[in-house]
Amino acid sequence: MILSGEPFMVILLLLPLAAAILDLLLPKRAATAVLFLAALVLPPAAAGLGAAVLKTGAISYQLGGWETPLGIRLYADGLSTLMLLLTSVIGSAISIYAVSYFAEGSNPAERQRIDMFQPVWLIGWTGLNGLFLSGDIFNLYVCLEILTLTSICLIAVAGTHASIRAALRYLPIAIAGSLFYLLGVAVLYGASGTLDLELLAGRITHETHFLIAFALMVTGLLIKAALFPAHYWLPPAHANAPAPVSALLSGLVVTAAFYILLRIASGLFAPVETPGWAGLLGILGAISVLWGGLQALRQDRLKMVVAYSTVSQVGYGFLLFPLTLAGSAAAGYAWNGAVYFALAHAVAKAAAFLAVGALMHQIGHDRLQEMTGAAWRSPFILMAFALASLSLMGLPPSAGFVAKWMLLKSALLSGHWGYGMVIVGGGILAMAYLFRVLEIAMRAPPEGWSRLPLPKGLAFPAMVLAVTAVLLGVFSDLPLRLLQVGPVVADWGRVAP
Amino acid sequence: MTTAGLYLATGLAVFVLGAVGLFWHSNLIRRALALNFMATGVFLFLVALGRRSTIPFADPVPHALVLTGIVVAVSTTALLLVLICRFHETAENKSADATEDEKGRTETAGDRE
Repeated sequence: MILSGEPFMVILLLLPLAAAILDLLLPKRAATAVLFLAALVLPPAAAGLGAAVLKTGAISYQLGGWETPLGIRLYADGLSTLMLLLTSVIGSAISIYAVSYFAEGSNPAERQRIDMFQPVWLIGWTGLNGLFLSGDIFNLYVCLEILTLTSICLIAVAGTHASIRAALRYLPIAIAGSLFYLLGVAVLYGASGTLDLELLAGRITHETHFLIAFALMVTGLLIKAALFPAHYWLPPAHANAPAPVSALLSGLVVTAAFYILLRIASGLFAPVETPGWAGLLGILGAISVLWGGLQALRQDRLKMVVAYSTVSQVGYGFLLFPLTLAGSAAAGYAWNGAVYFALAHAVAKAAAFLAVGALMHQIGHDRLQEMTGAAWRSPFILMAFALASLSLMGLPPSAGFVAKWMLLKSALLSGHWGYGMVIVGGGILAMAYLFRVLEIAMRAPPEGWSRLPLPKGLAFPAMVLAVTAVLLGVFSDLPLRLLQVGPVVADWGRVAP
Repeated sequence: MTTAGLYLATGLAVFVLGAVGLFWHSNLIRRALALNFMATGVFLFLVALGRRSTIPFADPVPHALVLTGIVVAVSTTALLLVLICRFHETAENKSADATEDEKGRTETAGDRE
């Protein structure tokens, strides 16, 4: 029996949506059961799609049987399947974590928040899956907007003044980013007469219209992906949200924006991408890497350290643009490295935020200077945080190491020594700010310390993701093989590592 | 300039006006209005695009995009207004979550008037 990929695509799209609606209608316990069911079914569905894509190549699915110029197409290749797998693994861990997190909340009002969290998060999951399955640029916009709106609701879900302030800080800039992207889509449609990614690929030339469309779309996505100088909204938003939401925002939402950028900027817009453009994106990426790292070093709250680390790590992905101009071998490493970096960062950062949330639940705050001895009082959670840190720093054998190695190799092969130094320097900065945390945690605990009770529902999802981040480094062959499937990616993308 | 071209240019102008307003003002209600300006600018641009082609009738695709866009813009505005209300409601019992608050060394999200 050969399984085709299309049913999996439909499941990945409809199941979270149906679960979200059921979640709103059902009483509390049944609603939680629905969330767990979705968390149980979606990872195998994504794996099934992955197997099908590996076997048959990229899959297009014409919705309702309408052909592309008229109809809307779902599309899955190696890149999108990897992202779907990533979403399902992180999403499942976050779902399980969130139920314990809100149930064990410090006050009754907080415990009620799960009723709001569940359906909104499931709609966000629908948006994520839809985004990764979209075959046209307008669908990408709609899914991005679903994701943005649900992110805003989730930032505000705690209902405190600080969280609403963070949501209000994020909303205008996020929506403005979407509108820049939408205007870019409009210009692109006006110039090419199509929205479909595949049809667009043949119609984009070096005319000014396309350059304007490209600039508008990229501007919108840079804001969403929090690249320097549009990064300022990220740390407060990510640090003031409840821990499962921080994990979701830093792990998946930022990655989704980067994914769209990969889709449109690598290959599709090649005719208008000059070295100047690519260099600008690369330099902004390099500044992000260093600036985010330096800021992370200065923070005195653990959540802010992890949030600034996201600003730093997002920057790495953008080194892709100057490095892919260099020629085939270097470009192949850059492409694989950048995508693998996005995967590694998403898993490790989600694990780090979940671990920090578990730690905050145990000790009641995240002020760094008062965390002395946390490693003795809560060894399991600190272990999860340390494993996630391993990947964030890019130490072997973690996924972060594999990704940075490929990026570094690409930088050296193409003679971009400056970017090579940024890659290494960012890693050193990451070591500095993460070892600073671990050093405080490993100091002698205060007098009369005792081992804190372990919140299992919080600790295990964090540990599973942290271990995944390391395992992705050891078993990097399969994901990299999956990544090679896909015609939308330009030819230089398919060079073996 | 053709009529369609005039509309296109107007759409862009409204978008830019909104974008400038968004970054200029810190008052939340003004920012909500600025976002709506930006959205309206894009919609006007899209509607005008439908007329640009050489075919005698209007291209329906951009119009369909505008319909979707309007739905998004309305929901966004609603969410933003609800959040602004909640922002002011929670400001009164701010001391209740002071621990949460002192961490936000970042200044208030606008609303300095």
